[in-house]
Amino acid sequence: MPAVSKGDGMRGLAVFISDIRNCKSKEAEIKRINKELANIRSKFKGDKALDGYSKKKYVCKLLFIFLLGHDIDFGHMEAVNLLSSNKYTEKQIGYLFISVLVNSNSELIRLINNAIKNDLSSRNPTFMCLALHCIANVGSREMAEAFAGEIPRILVAGDTMDSVKQSAALCLLRLYKTSPDLVLMGEWTSRVVHLLNDQHMGVVTAAISLITCLSQKNPDEFKTCVSLAVSRLSRIVSSASTDLQDYTYYFVPAPWLSCKLLRLLQCYPPPEDGAVKGRLVECLETILNKAQEPPKSKKVQHSNAKNAILFEAISLIIHYDSEPNLLVRACNQLGQFLQHRETNLRYLALESMCTLASSEFSHEAVKTHIETVINALKTERDVSVRQRAADLLYAMCDRSNAKQIVAEMLSYLETADYSIREEMVLKVAILAEKYAVDYSWYVDTILNLIRIAGDYVSEEVWYRVIQIVINRDDVQGYAAKTVFEALQAPACHENMVKVGGYILGEFGNLIAGDPRSSPLVQFNLLHSKFHLCSVPTRALLLSAYIKFINLFPETKSTIQEVLRSDSQIRNSDVELQQRAVEYLKLSSIASTDVLATVLEEMPPFPERESSILAKLKKKKGPGAVSVNELEEGKREGGELNGGGGERGGDNSTIAASNASTPSPSADLLGLRTGPQVSAAPPSAGSLLVDVFSEAGVNDDGFLSSAPPSAVSEDAAPPLPESNELLNKFVCKNNGVLFENQLLQIGIKSEYRQNLGRMYLFYGNKTSVQFVTFTTTVSCPGELHPQLNVQAKPVEPLIEGGAQVQQVINIECLGDFCEAPLLNIKFRYGGALQNLSLKLPVTINKFFQPTEMASHDFFQRWKQLSQPQQEAQKIFKASHAMDTEVIKAKLLGLGMALLENVDPNPENFVCAGVIQTKAQQVGSLLRLEPNAQAQMYRLTLRSSKDTVSKRLCELLAEQF
Amino acid sequence: MMRFLLLFSRQGKLRLQKWFTVLSDRDKRKIIRDLTQMVLSRPPKACNFLPWRDLKIVYRRYASLYFCCGLEQDDNELLTLDILHRYVELLDQYFGNVCELDIIFNFEKAYFILDEFVIGGEVQETSKASVAKSIEEAESLQEVRQ
Repeated sequence: MPAVSKGDGMRGLAVFISDIRNCKSKEAEIKRINKELANIRSKFKGDKALDGYSKKKYVCKLLFIFLLGHDIDFGHMEAVNLLSSNKYTEKQIGYLFISVLVNSNSELIRLINNAIKNDLSSRNPTFMCLALHCIANVGSREMAEAFAGEIPRILVAGDTMDSVKQSAALCLLRLYKTSPDLVLMGEWTSRVVHLLNDQHMGVVTAAISLITCLSQKNPDEFKTCVSLAVSRLSRIVSSASTDLQDYTYYFVPAPWLSCKLLRLLQCYPPPEDGAVKGRLVECLETILNKAQEPPKSKKVQHSNAKNAILFEAISLIIHYDSEPNLLVRACNQLGQFLQHRETNLRYLALESMCTLASSEFSHEAVKTHIETVINALKTERDVSVRQRAADLLYAMCDRSNAKQIVAEMLSYLETADYSIREEMVLKVAILAEKYAVDYSWYVDTILNLIRIAGDYVSEEVWYRVIQIVINRDDVQGYAAKTVFEALQAPACHENMVKVGGYILGEFGNLIAGDPRSSPLVQFNLLHSKFHLCSVPTRALLLSAYIKFINLFPETKSTIQEVLRSDSQIRNSDVELQQRAVEYLKLSSIASTDVLATVLEEMPPFPERESSILAKLKKKKGPGAVSVNELEEGKREGGELNGGGGERGGDNSTIAASNASTPSPSADLLGLRTGPQVSAAPPSAGSLLVDVFSEAGVNDDGFLSSAPPSAVSEDAAPPLPESNELLNKFVCKNNGVLFENQLLQIGIKSEYRQNLGRMYLFYGNKTSVQFVTFTTTVSCPGELHPQLNVQAKPVEPLIEGGAQVQQVINIECLGDFCEAPLLNIKFRYGGALQNLSLKLPVTINKFFQPTEMASHDFFQRWKQLSQPQQEAQKIFKASHAMDTEVIKAKLLGLGMALLENVDPNPENFVCAGVIQTKAQQVGSLLRLEPNAQAQMYRLTLRSSKDTVSKRLCELLAEQF
Repeated sequence: MMRFLLLFSRQGKLRLQKWFTVLSDRDKRKIIRDLTQMVLSRPPKACNFLPWRDLKIVYRRYASLYFCCGLEQDDNELLTLDILHRYVELLDQYFGNVCELDIIFNFEKAYFILDEFVIGGEVQETSKASVAKSIEEAESLQEVRQ
């Protein structure tokens, strides 16, 4: 069928496309396109009615221009006209245009739906298919509303042509995916399931996609499909390669249908009926057997199709996870593929084996391939294949091979692609921890990790090693010795300095007996790295130094000397300076007893899930780390910290301070917040209140300051600081509304007339998801009739580190004083979080600026001279009296700032009209600064007394 | 289900884009840019699959054109290579020795043929003869009416 341009070739289109292709530059192309657009526009607008052919040609040109990446804002109507043409190609182009350039223009949708309706009822199969394709391509809710009732009827009707049935099945699937509530299968269910028995292979192929999706959502209603699918599969698998005629693809009978059947079966557990199950197992065995037969063709299509079925069968075997015999055979088959010359097969085998590794029946079988996988990691040329090999090594790791696998991964890290290093580091860290029998190996591994790939070692990793060392006293001495040695290297990674500083600060005494690592040697070693480090590391080192003073009184004078030096005590970084000042003071005035109490060894950390695992999970997305693995991680973590639990008694204080950080992962050591000593028991800290007056820079969230028991399901009362937060936004529309350790709320808003739209951005600052996240916006009491606030629903789940957005529409009905309340509830690690804030919607947001001349201003000023129309406040400046800042704030207020109006150039005057639905309230403002007295006099006059008063209150807080 | 199918040339020129889910123009542009870059920079003989965001990308080069599609996690990569191949066969059958120019100058045909083969990201008809038949029927409809 050499069928190009069968009489419908559009010469004008071909010429245009050639022209575009001949354009030498982007500019030339744009010029040519603009010329064409002008031409088409004039044709469409012209008096002469266009014939169908011309319309088709121009619509097609527009489509071409759109697909080149240019905007098209006309031609929709002409395309809709084409839909009702009775010439096939015209109709077809019309539908294509609509499918590609969907427009939510409701008028148009109605017309389109009309045309579709006509074609659906035309009983012309070709037209019906076109209409169905269009519905499937657009898939909008409007279309679902119009056609979701009709399509199932077409699908199951006895007289529908096969090709129409196929289109109808997939069209319905598309609508079901976008609007499941509108597609009601009810009465059709059984007839749809029986399409699996249809004589026409094409109908079955199309229908099975629909049935699979419906089964996933309603497994019970569709469970009869299991036995039908098994018998259909069995017939295909046992057929000779030529039986299915055109449905045989490169000697493989019906590969698409076979794969879809195997996929459908994965929606269900193994069949309960013995006969059905027997038949299925037979099919699976046949598929595995066929893999061993010599290929019937050398073409890659043949092997692709055959292996597609094989991999799908293996997926089903893994899904059932109940047939040890099949599992082991699957594993052996994949083992063969691991060494196949086709890269694609090696990739898929590695991927598939990852899931097999988690099955108890095949875990051992997978392990036998370790050498091949390690080899793949070393020799594969394609990074995505190496990545899969690393994943598989991780999945097959257990106590018996952990040391080998970790060593291989470490050595691979030295040459690994940058793109996968961070993930590799996390994996090594997790494995080392999970399978550590002897903790010196664990410490060695992590330090190696830092040495080899220090840049990719995230905070979580080095926090964790410190946690573990602190919790296990049998490894502390070794850890101190090892970090001491590691720090000897002339160039060592900053993360190494952090770990070294922390560990020597805690456990340096354990190696101080050796003259080669005497206290002073240790200190000098640490301090030699100090100047090369960033501020946070320096801060950590300073804390290590003060710990040294406690551990080794003989270092006191040396360290005090360092603290006293200008580069510390006058450091431009406020955190470093503060630490230097406070530590110096602490070391000189506190008695040794006090010092010993404050600087006591860190108590064990409470048992918690490894934060590294959480990080990996986040990195790979949900599902990448199996639940099984997570639980195991938790269990192993528990074992690890077991010692901590027993010793928990003497650390109740630290446990309490940890309770205020409900995060299982964030801020492990409390290092990220205030100085390290603030984590010391508060009872001891209170002795030193004077010394530490400012030290406990406690940025614990507002949330956590409330004891968990006090949190009820009712909306919490607004935070005490919410008025302050509100004031922050009087003169601006965007910024961070609220922030604590868990959550950050950003705000963006825009106002026009009496309407406003606000975007709230809820950011999860932790690495753990927030669940049942709900927000409610309410207008308490008197506010209710004045303000209409509508909040769009927000996603109930916020992944760790993710942000969700909520849109709030606001309508101002009358003037108001209060602010709407925003209540936020969510669960974080099981604990309910509940907080209320005031939404920064204030009356001035609805200002329209009004420009006026001096004369007009004072005339109006006088008109508003009744005493209740005026509100005045005299107040002290709370910020520097900078003219530019004041101007910016007044502009932010929303009024027009009038220049050359007030006779005194120091004064500011503004005018504006507040737009509410009920009325407009004109307002004038005058602000008189007195620089000498650092005072302001603020006067507001408006036609409504409550407005003057409220504006005056709001503004008095701003300057 | 397939989320999208893109055809682009070795120079990174997009020749066909088919989206099976609703995406904003901005997202589409980003996907096109990211994927053309990523796929074109891969060495020859590399694996035809790669993970990208939450999708599996399957691509294959035919002469000067790359066929590249995004799949969901439970889709079968090898079978998708077969889908791409079958699509190429259908184009070839229609145009006779199809080349990139055929798709440039008859882009609308390339879309129509795809619609006969894949709907909503799922294969509707795998028989070459059946697809050819529906296209032929449609074309003959056109000729009779003219």
